[in-house]
Amino acid sequence: MNDLTPVDPVAMTIFIAFFVLVTVVGFFAARWKRGDLTQLHEWGLGGRQFGVLISWFLVGGDFYTAYTVIAVPALVYSVGAYGFFALPYTIIVYPFVFAVMPKLWKIAHAKNHITGADYVQGEYGGKWFPAAVAITGIVATMPYIALQLVGMQVVIKGLGVTGELPLIIAFVILALYTYTSGLRAPAMIAFVKDIMIYIVVIAAVWLIPLKLGGYAHVFDSADQYFKAKGGPTGIILKPGQFTAYASLALGSALAAFMYPHTMTAVLSSSSAMTVRKNAIFLPAYTLLLGLIALLGYMAIAAGVHVKSASDVVPALFGTLFPSWFVGFAAAAIAISALVPAAIMSIGAANLFTRNLWRPLVSPDMSSTAEASTAKLVSLVVKFGALLFIVFLPTQYAIDLQLLGGVWILQIFPAIVFTLYTRRLTTPGLFLGWLFGIVLGTGLAISQGLKPVYVVHLGDASWPVYIGLIALVVNVIVTYVVSIVTRRSLVPAA
Amino acid sequence: MESDNDAPRGPWLWVALFIPYVALLWLPFYNDTRPSFAGFPFFYWYQFLWVPLTSLLLYIVHRGLK
Repeated sequence: MNDLTPVDPVAMTIFIAFFVLVTVVGFFAARWKRGDLTQLHEWGLGGRQFGVLISWFLVGGDFYTAYTVIAVPALVYSVGAYGFFALPYTIIVYPFVFAVMPKLWKIAHAKNHITGADYVQGEYGGKWFPAAVAITGIVATMPYIALQLVGMQVVIKGLGVTGELPLIIAFVILALYTYTSGLRAPAMIAFVKDIMIYIVVIAAVWLIPLKLGGYAHVFDSADQYFKAKGGPTGIILKPGQFTAYASLALGSALAAFMYPHTMTAVLSSSSAMTVRKNAIFLPAYTLLLGLIALLGYMAIAAGVHVKSASDVVPALFGTLFPSWFVGFAAAAIAISALVPAAIMSIGAANLFTRNLWRPLVSPDMSSTAEASTAKLVSLVVKFGALLFIVFLPTQYAIDLQLLGGVWILQIFPAIVFTLYTRRLTTPGLFLGWLFGIVLGTGLAISQGLKPVYVVHLGDASWPVYIGLIALVVNVIVTYVVSIVTRRSLVPAA
Repeated sequence: MESDNDAPRGPWLWVALFIPYVALLWLPFYNDTRPSFAGFPFFYWYQFLWVPLTSLLLYIVHRGLK
């Protein structure tokens, strides 16, 4: 297959038309459920008024990103069953959301918290540990935003357009309507995006197997392909991959709602009950994700060959579908990048303003100044992500997202454990966090920025997700130091 | 722990939330191609099946909490 596909005018026209549509929606959103956008809880949380339906689209649009559509099928195309860990991950995340997030919502609502670090500050006081939590969130989000750009870049390339310019234009537009409309923009665009993605995926998983001779044939082709390819691939796991698969699923699930963007989406809900009901309905998106993952096998069955695995979805669509549908699908994926990118930059901007700038630099800031700082920072964050993508190799997109996951997972004890126990102390939480970050980063670097580390116990060896190893160490340190510091706080009788 | 309306009616309701974790994280349960269903090897349809099952479990717990 030629790398330089010629530009298809029909596909391109449809792509641009949908892009213009969401741009209009993005700017119009400022007037929707009108609020005073000079206040941070209006700009950055949409006024905390999104009911079950809007929240469903918002969290769905936010959590199932361009990463879903590009990187998951790419991994499945490359290694098979192992790439499916995204499916158990996005199932087991919901019992957690159901049990934990409504509790967090209630405290955040009662105390007007806008970020996770606000919550930590509210419970424990001080400014340095909340600042550490905020920095973790911002740093973990940057590669995640970059990943959204990778998704967009891949589909633009799939349409035959080369160069960075379209990506830059798309991002400037995104930056502008996020600036003016805040969280209302991605909330409204999420409706368009999710409906488009549902249409694309349902059409694809319905029509492609018909063209390829049914699902049994798709799985057979994949099976034979991996048998010929060898190595740790296949349509089921090798026993040696079990712990890697399970720990990636569990670790990713625990990390998922620690991110600023998912936290923002949860806190923008109108009530704790909204959050809980959404945990029941959100798995519908997981079905979609599982079907999207299968596109990797369909590409194998269709004989699609790509140099870079991340091109596999556009290449598959380009091979099997008419150009109008190719344009529609490309627009759907590109818009899937915009929604989370907007919410991520808002979440990161909220963290920066509330938990770094205000406490450390400008304590007397007015609430209007707070909102305008956050708006400005959302622009800076997007620009940073753009640089990230221009200078770093795109094939590491999924690993970089996982590295961000290693870091964000280290705020889990501070955000979640503290909802259930009063026994943890700030020094305990801080040192646990520090050990987790250092160990997790060290292990990841030692593995060449791969997410899995092989733990040896006696003769047995288990590959385990690094984020989870770091979290275990984090929790142990947190508890031990908390016990010691609590003792020293209580004078001996 | 301070009282709030999340307090479990029956603790067993909350235990139900752990079922999907056990079902999906213990790979020997489902790492097989057989029995296949509608062309899908067991590994795949088993995991897909846990999507509606998890929703259903959450719904049951939600109802139980009211």
